[in-house]
Amino acid sequence: MPDSLPPDSVGIVTPETLHFDTPITLACGQTLTEYDLVVETYGTLNGDASNAVLICHALSGHHHAAGYHSLADRKPGWWDSCIGPGKPIDTNKFFVVCLNNLGGCNGSTGPSSIDPCTGQPFGPDFPVVTVKDWVHTQAALADRLGIACWAAVVGGSLGGMQALQWSLTYPDRLRHALIIASTPRLSAQNIAFNEVARRAITSDPDFHAGRYQDFGVVPRRGLMLARMVGHITYLSDASMGEKFGRELREQVYQFGYDAEFQVESYLRYQGERFSESFDANTYLLMTKALDYFDPAYEFDNDLARALQQARCQFLVLSFSTDWRFTPARSEELVKAMIAAKNRVSYAEIDSPWGHDAFLIPSPRYMQVFGAYMDRVAREVNK
Amino acid sequence: MRADLEIIAQWIQPGSHVLDLGCGDGTLLDFLQQEKQATGFGLEINPDHITTCMARGVSVIEQNLDTQGLKNFDDQSFDVVLMTQALQAVRRPDRVLEEMLRLGREVIVTFPNFAHWRLRWYLMRRGRMPESKTLPYRWYNTPNIHLCTFKDFEALCHSRQFRIMDRSVVDGQHRNHWFSQLWPNMLGQIAIYRITRQEDIQ
Repeated sequence: MPDSLPPDSVGIVTPETLHFDTPITLACGQTLTEYDLVVETYGTLNGDASNAVLICHALSGHHHAAGYHSLADRKPGWWDSCIGPGKPIDTNKFFVVCLNNLGGCNGSTGPSSIDPCTGQPFGPDFPVVTVKDWVHTQAALADRLGIACWAAVVGGSLGGMQALQWSLTYPDRLRHALIIASTPRLSAQNIAFNEVARRAITSDPDFHAGRYQDFGVVPRRGLMLARMVGHITYLSDASMGEKFGRELREQVYQFGYDAEFQVESYLRYQGERFSESFDANTYLLMTKALDYFDPAYEFDNDLARALQQARCQFLVLSFSTDWRFTPARSEELVKAMIAAKNRVSYAEIDSPWGHDAFLIPSPRYMQVFGAYMDRVAREVNK
Repeated sequence: MRADLEIIAQWIQPGSHVLDLGCGDGTLLDFLQQEKQATGFGLEINPDHITTCMARGVSVIEQNLDTQGLKNFDDQSFDVVLMTQALQAVRRPDRVLEEMLRLGREVIVTFPNFAHWRLRWYLMRRGRMPESKTLPYRWYNTPNIHLCTFKDFEALCHSRQFRIMDRSVVDGQHRNHWFSQLWPNMLGQIAIYRITRQEDIQ
C-alpha cells in the first residue's frame, strides 16, 4: 500500500459505467440489444477533442490501466508503467481512455452479466465476440465521448490486434496505431495453447457446461490450469531461469508430487489468484477472439491488400525473447504494411522478459515508445 | 543541409517513394519529406538513430542488411533506393547494389574514395593503412571492410551493366569544389553516384 501516490501517477481514478442501448449485431450473427461498458479516463480532453488516446487491453486486462482506485490498493493499473505524467502516454498531453471490452468480467456486459431477456446470467449463451466487434463498440464509446478521431489507438498483444483492426475498420477515425508485441493472426501453436486452456476449463467438473453460476460454483481448477499454461507462454526461458532457476522451496528433494521447485509454487500461486478473480466463460470468449482474429481473411489472405484500407501511421514493436508472438510475426505485419505503402516504423526491443515485456518499462522500450508518442502529441497541439 | 545531401536531393523527383538504407538519424529523409513531398522508409540498426527518426516523424524500420537482407521488400516498389556512406561497410556491396536495383528504378550511393591523394600519400609515405577524418579507424576495427575508389566502383558498374546516370563528389566536410569534379579519383573524398539498370535507359 503506498502511503502517498508517486508523482508520475495519474492518482486516484474512478471507473464509470456507460450504458449503450443501440443494438449491436455481432460477427457471429447474434444481436445484443443493449450493453454496458466500464471505462476509465485519465488527463483532459482538449477543445477540438484531438488529443484522445484509446488503450486496448489484452486477454485478461480491463479498464483499470493506470492509477489507483484507493490508497489501499496494493498495485496500480496494469499499464501504469506507460501511462501517466511524463510517461510515454503522457497524461499531461493526452486524454487517455481505457475500457473493459464487451464480454469481459470487470463490469462491462459479459457472460456473468444478467441477460435482460431472461433475468438470468448469460453464462455460455453470451455470444462469442470478435476483435472487430470490440472495435465497433469502442467506436460507439468514442461517439459517446465526442471523439471523432483518436490521436492514437494503442495496445499490446490482443490489444495490438484491436489497434490494427481499428486502422482497417475505421481508417479515418485514428491518426496512429501502435501495435506492440502482437501478430496479424495466431499460429497453429498459439491456437493449440488456447485450446489446452479451454479444455482445462471445460473439463473441470465445476464447469457445468458454462452454467456454473446456477450451481453457485466456479471452475477454479480449470481456470487455474488455463492461467498456468498461459503464464508460461508470457515468460521466456531466460526470465524464468533467472527468476527461479531450479531453486527448491526446501533444501532437499522431497521425492513427492507437491510443489517443490519455486517455479511450481509461483505458477500455482498465479493460477489460484487468477481463478479467484476471472470469469471462466470470459476466458473462453477472449481466447476465441484471439483465435478468430485474421484481418487478411476477408482479402483472400492477402494482408497487404487488407492494409490498403488503412490511412493512419503505424508503430510496430516486438521483443526479442517473446516466443508467443515472436519478432518474426511483427515483421510479417511490417512487410505487409511496406507493400501496402502504409507509413510504418518498427523496432525490435532487446528484452529478456518474453511476451510480458510489453508491460515492463525497460529503458529502450520507454525511449522508443516515448519518442513516438511525443511526436503524436506535437501533431495534436499544432 | 550538407552538400552531399543537397546533391542527392536534386536528383530526386518530387513525390518519389524512397528507401534509405542506413538512414542514420533521418536527416535526409526528413528533408526529402518536407522539400520533395517524398514518402518512404529508412532502415537503421542504431537504437539512438531509430529513436531520433521516430521523434522527427521519419518512418524507420529496424533491420540489419547483412543478416536480414531486403527480402521483405517487393521488386520495383520504390522510385529511388539510397545508401549514404554505408556501402563500404556491408558484407557484399555488389549484392547489395543488385538488391537495391531490384527494389528501385534508381539507386543513389555515396562512399569514401580510397584513391584520394591524401590517402595515397599516407600509404606511400608511411606504408600503413591510411587513417583520416573521413576514415578514423584502425585496419582491425574499422567497419569499412570494402573500401573502393571511383575507378573501382565504375568498373563494377560496367561489369554488372549498371548505367551511371550521374556522378558527383564532395570533400570530407561534404563541400562541393569545382576542382575535385575535374579529377575525382585523385581529388574527391566522397563519391556520389546515381545508377540504374542498363535496360532502363531509353
